[in-house]
Amino acid sequence: MYKYDNYDQAMVDARVAEFRDQINRRIAGEMTEDQFKPLRLMNGLYLQLHAYMLRVAIPYGTLDSRQMRMLAHIARKYDRDYGHFTTRQNIQYNWIKLEDCADILEELATVEMHAIQTSGNCIRNISSDQYAGAAADEVTDPRPWAELLRQWSTFHPEFSYLPRKFKIAVIASPEDRAAMRLHDIGLELVRKDGELGARVFVGGGMGRTPMIAPEINPFVKADDLLSYLEACLRVYNRYGRRDNMYKARIKILIHEIGADAYRGQVAEEFAHVKTLGIDPPLAELERISAFFAPPAYDAANVEPDRNDPDFALWLDQNVKPHKQAAYAIVNISLKPIGGIPGDATSAQIDVMADLAEKYSFDELRVTHAQNIVLPYVAKRDLYAVWQALRDAELADANLDLISDIIACPGLDYCSLANARSIPVAQKIATRFADMDRQRDLGELKLKISGCINACGHHHAGHIGILGVDKKGVENYQLTFGGSGAEDVSIGKIIGPGFDEDGVVDAVEKATEVYKALREGDERFVDTYRRVGLEPFKEAIYG
Amino acid sequence: MVEFRYRTDEVTEQPSVTLDAFLDQSNATAVRLEPDDDARALIPFLDRLTLIEVAFPKFRDGRGYSAARILREAGYQGELRAQGDVLVDQIAYMRRCGFDSFAPEASLNPDAVARALASYDHAYQGAADSAVPIWKLRHG
Repeated sequence: MYKYDNYDQAMVDARVAEFRDQINRRIAGEMTEDQFKPLRLMNGLYLQLHAYMLRVAIPYGTLDSRQMRMLAHIARKYDRDYGHFTTRQNIQYNWIKLEDCADILEELATVEMHAIQTSGNCIRNISSDQYAGAAADEVTDPRPWAELLRQWSTFHPEFSYLPRKFKIAVIASPEDRAAMRLHDIGLELVRKDGELGARVFVGGGMGRTPMIAPEINPFVKADDLLSYLEACLRVYNRYGRRDNMYKARIKILIHEIGADAYRGQVAEEFAHVKTLGIDPPLAELERISAFFAPPAYDAANVEPDRNDPDFALWLDQNVKPHKQAAYAIVNISLKPIGGIPGDATSAQIDVMADLAEKYSFDELRVTHAQNIVLPYVAKRDLYAVWQALRDAELADANLDLISDIIACPGLDYCSLANARSIPVAQKIATRFADMDRQRDLGELKLKISGCINACGHHHAGHIGILGVDKKGVENYQLTFGGSGAEDVSIGKIIGPGFDEDGVVDAVEKATEVYKALREGDERFVDTYRRVGLEPFKEAIYG
Repeated sequence: MVEFRYRTDEVTEQPSVTLDAFLDQSNATAVRLEPDDDARALIPFLDRLTLIEVAFPKFRDGRGYSAARILREAGYQGELRAQGDVLVDQIAYMRRCGFDSFAPEASLNPDAVARALASYDHAYQGAADSAVPIWKLRHG
């Protein structure tokens, strides 16, 4: 894992002092709320329905046990004893007091953490593949590149007042576990003639106008990447729409002028920017890469004993193959039946930290599906890990099943929401609580957003649910056929919306149609794509 | 009114003209750029300009940051002034983009500005100022 040097540490320490000063000026009345807002937002501090919400950055979703314990400590000391892991691989605290913020940031800084640029119209926390470093199919570990981008984008003087927020994801596998093409910029690291570089996709996103990012450049060399990204951002900063905040994301610019025109403008800007000498030498990427060297794998290849049936089910569902034969990737589900997707108590966060320290070379990952990963667990230790998770109520064996729901905080917390997301997630999970039934349905990615901003990724759900406000009543629209993976697609609305119970019934009917029509090992989304909407519509509305 | 100026030469007395006016009869030495003006239109004339004023009608509109960098990258040495809704916490970024004078609409507290400019010893990325990026400090 990356470790701060004195420069990195000085940066976050200075930020704490700066933000303390800003908060003090706000409390003293030297700044209006309107002036304070963009400043607090660049520190991840939102004013929500009931309280301030603080979003803490977990760069590319990677953290160690010391950092994880700090997250538990903050939940315990400053919040209500729990935290919420988000679709951007961060953590949010929902009940924060403004006057505690600087102290929280100061505590975070002691473990090399911060809340820098977790909101605001700037380059946000860089996201990545939660299996980075452990996945058998990666061409390289994407995290050194993500760290390079983290540093480049931190306090970027030109790109801190962009037309709108800007999200970048980096992956290095053909299998996309990070919804890469639904980001403002998605980078897929590839090898060309032995050299590593990035395939660059620009202009994807969800929100009210979902778009899949087109490829803008098939190969940008490592030592050109920052210049190329500066060019991408500069074109956006100058020409992105600022007249309407709903049309201000880069996807709208690219949609309006066309990918070819944008590509041409970027190429022209890049030819200029490349002369400025802003690209670090490859030695910097190598310096960072050294922190991500593979751990000292030393376990004998011992297959776990599958005698305990609950353990065996968990193994089959939540444990994934590792690039090292004697190791496995463990997914910890934060989706207990009837629970709040992505929430974990302080005690659970501590348990996960302990397990990472003892069994996973001190590393954890946060996934965009709001789960946690232990990336390096020796197979011989899997049973011990499972027992500890079970005791902490963290052993739900539902990864990628219908109850592994992504949901935004919705109207229970969020000031933007039109409808509640959490109760719908809870009702669906409860309806399908029977694990045999869930396993029979197989991979089924269900995602719920409580408003058009799509924080719950409903456009990318095999089944998506969008909460809207219909004349003061919560109403839920269903979409089918979306995907955030390498088969990326945007779901389509199937017809009129439903009330809360109605949408649960409709989801259930859809699964019955799927069971009746599926062929071979087709997933729900495969069957839907093959047979189309009609049979589903008939069953649901007929 | 110019409240903060980080250069020692004489202040340009000539009032600035709009970009269109300048391009029509370019004997002016001071120009004012609005957010949607293309800063690159000035590149052929940079030698004879002593002041370029960049308007920030709203602090959230960040186009002027790119305009400033483009002008400095093209070799502009004259005064580059940020005018309008310029706030304390933007001045450090503006300095990094090449602005060297500030005419905020609402007067700023000089101590707060000084503190904001002194907050960070280093910067991660190269920009239009003289700060040496951290990667360069690491690799000599």
